[in-house]
Amino acid sequence: MELSKDLVAASAAPLVLAILAEGESYGYAILKRVADLSGGEMRWTDGMLYPLLHRLERLGSIEARWDDGTAGGRRRKWYRITARGQRELAEHRRQWGVVHRTLEATRDGAERGARRRPARRPSLRPADGMA
Amino acid sequence: MTTAPEIDGDIETQIAHWRRELNRAGCLEPATVDELETHLRDQIDALTEVGLDPTEAFLVGVKRIGNLDALARELAHERYQRLWKQLVLGADTAGAGAPGIGVPPSRQIVLMVTCALAAAAAIKVPALFGADLEDDGPFYARNLSLFAFPFLALYLGWQRRLSTAIAGSLAGLFALGAVAANVYPFRGDSSNTQIITALHLPIVLWFVVAVAYLGADWARRSRWMDMVRFTGELALYWVLIGLGGGVLMAFSALMFNAIGLDPETLIGGWLLPCGAVGAVVVAAWLVEAKQDIIENLAPVLTRLFTPLFVLVMVAFLVSTAATGTGIGADAIERDVLIGFDLLLVVVVGLQLYAASARDPSAPPGLFDLLQLALAVAALAIDVLVLSAVASRIGEFGWSPNKVAALGENLVLAVSLAGTAWLSLRFWLRRCPYATVERWQTGYLPVYALWALVAAVALPPIFDYR
Repeated sequence: MELSKDLVAASAAPLVLAILAEGESYGYAILKRVADLSGGEMRWTDGMLYPLLHRLERLGSIEARWDDGTAGGRRRKWYRITARGQRELAEHRRQWGVVHRTLEATRDGAERGARRRPARRPSLRPADGMA
Repeated sequence: MTTAPEIDGDIETQIAHWRRELNRAGCLEPATVDELETHLRDQIDALTEVGLDPTEAFLVGVKRIGNLDALARELAHERYQRLWKQLVLGADTAGAGAPGIGVPPSRQIVLMVTCALAAAAAIKVPALFGADLEDDGPFYARNLSLFAFPFLALYLGWQRRLSTAIAGSLAGLFALGAVAANVYPFRGDSSNTQIITALHLPIVLWFVVAVAYLGADWARRSRWMDMVRFTGELALYWVLIGLGGGVLMAFSALMFNAIGLDPETLIGGWLLPCGAVGAVVVAAWLVEAKQDIIENLAPVLTRLFTPLFVLVMVAFLVSTAATGTGIGADAIERDVLIGFDLLLVVVVGLQLYAASARDPSAPPGLFDLLQLALAVAALAIDVLVLSAVASRIGEFGWSPNKVAALGENLVLAVSLAGTAWLSLRFWLRRCPYATVERWQTGYLPVYALWALVAAVALPPIFDYR
């Protein structure tokens, strides 16, 4: 399944913040985590993560540091969520919750509606929103 | 497979080549390119571990990173939002982050020349109806911005192919400005409110130009910093053109005097007025076409003059405190008030300009401390002027000049106090630089609003005195 471009754009920042809320991380690992968490259903164009990270850094939602690569690995830029980022994440979660609940509520309504007057809706089209 | 296979020399060459491509795609800083290279290497490692050979892994990794041009554009947009090189690049590859310029460079020159000539012609039109630059000074003073700004807006709007709705509203706003400049029955040439209108109308109309510059983005606050930068560069270019014009006029005077002709009409009647309004459009064109010249000059100028202004203002404050006089009551004349207001406007302009040239992600440095000092010193001077104006109002009552001065100083005081407070927080790393920037751009409409009140509301309130 491919998520629509708009949805990817809207969800990218909250997802990155949520992953960084789990702990400090770097670009490649963040993308891997997104792929794992979504069971491979969410794929971003890898490169586009970096402008997003840089923007969040500029806005102060996350902060970055370079490690010097002395630990044997590659020189990496590590990102960490800030207190401001935590607050934003909480707000993102609240807003996404509202969207999710609203969407679900309309389906419940459609199901009830379909049950109430089944006969008046002949099978011209499937009952609205039924999965 | 026990260990990841060694990435061989061939892959190293390919990665180096890819790095060069990325560098060519846009002006990225080395650290960002490093970050992306690390990403690519991580990806290649992961793929070779599941069995791809290094070349395949490289190709897949590069593909997943995506289109380098698009990526470089996004990154550069994020980092060098207002560094002009990027916008120039955008002009060649239409829609690449440039502010919607869809006209090829050669046509832009034609557009520029047309609009500059139109402005130059416009300032001579009143002469056809018997107006004279010297005798009708007040008329020209009130209308000066109306000879230049509509043509500047025309140039900018044309170049950006503004929608008819926006273009129509801009034309309407300029028409309203023309009405406001000319319907009031000011009392005599030395009417105070007339001078106030003449001083404030250009500020209001500049915001109309801003809408033409920003086009459909005009409501996006983040783009207003671009407008600030544009304003600063345009002013610099205009002054430079003016210096050249001065040399030209000096030579014309010399040459025509030599053959016994009086160059007064040529210079005073044509070269100076037509050149001054036409140069506004030419300067706007230069700002966009030759951005990299000034790009290096602008940050240098702000860095040079911020400490100097701080020094002068601190010296003034120390002298005031030492002599204990404050700003003398006699000094609260119009010229002095205008002078102080101008000083504070220049300081705010310096701050805005420095902010627009600053890399928003850089940590606080010495220059930010200077900015803070600038804001605090200017605020102190503002308070001095405010108290002087207030005491004069208490003593002698209200007058148009005092109301204008009071309003201006209050508006500037709030701006300076906000900037000082947020700069302090930024200096203490309590908030990102973006917060300071947001305050400054968010406050811009207040200036427009106050200028509008001063230009349009004050004259009737004070009976056009």
